[in-house]
Amino acid sequence: MIKVLYFAWLRERLNRSSDEVTPPPEVVTLADLVAWLRKRDEVLDLAMADPSIFKLSRDARIVPWDTPLAGATSVAILPPMTGG
Amino acid sequence: MIRVTAEPFDAGREATAFQASHIEAGAMVTFTGLVRSLPGDPILALILECYEELAVNELSALREQAIARFGLVDAAIIHRHGRLVPGETIMMVMTLAAHRQAAFDGAQFLMDYLKNDAPFWKQEETPTGTRWVVTMSKDRDAQNRWIG
Repeated sequence: MIKVLYFAWLRERLNRSSDEVTPPPEVVTLADLVAWLRKRDEVLDLAMADPSIFKLSRDARIVPWDTPLAGATSVAILPPMTGG
Repeated sequence: MIRVTAEPFDAGREATAFQASHIEAGAMVTFTGLVRSLPGDPILALILECYEELAVNELSALREQAIARFGLVDAAIIHRHGRLVPGETIMMVMTLAAHRQAAFDGAQFLMDYLKNDAPFWKQEETPTGTRWVVTMSKDRDAQNRWIG
């Protein structure tokens, strides 16, 4: 089971801040997970029409999209950040 | 020192305490980010959303990177989240170094990176509703100058 976290306008668009999912074995990387989630959810699919603007985190560290998913407890989909 | 907090803080007091923490530093740079409201485009408040655990991890890594890259004596970042009104302090970066150039460069580097890579999202509360703040391409460009 993996907890998927959503933030800011993505959270608003989806009307929820997280999902708990159990992806199938063919979902190997974080990029695979995003693709799998988008197939299951039209709102997420539309919100992520330009995936290049998003960053991903695995267990509270920002990581590249091709990072393996195995062993992760949480993955966050991060819209462009505006801190500072 | 890294602090991610919903509580207000006194930037002057933080700077004084940080300065006193290392007698070997000859230069300190502080940057303070404020909530602003423009006469032609007023806002009532700035609401900062945060992924706190990730923010602490990323800011800690960024601080260590800045200390190593610029040979800083120390660096600190304090960043608030929650609802802030115009005039309030959003965040603060402080660097201590032997000499001024490293202190300036370290502070600039920290600011440029945290603008794009610290998991905070700003929403402006205006008289007509709320809107998400969009990423500025100048912030992306500012970060890119440190690469390579």
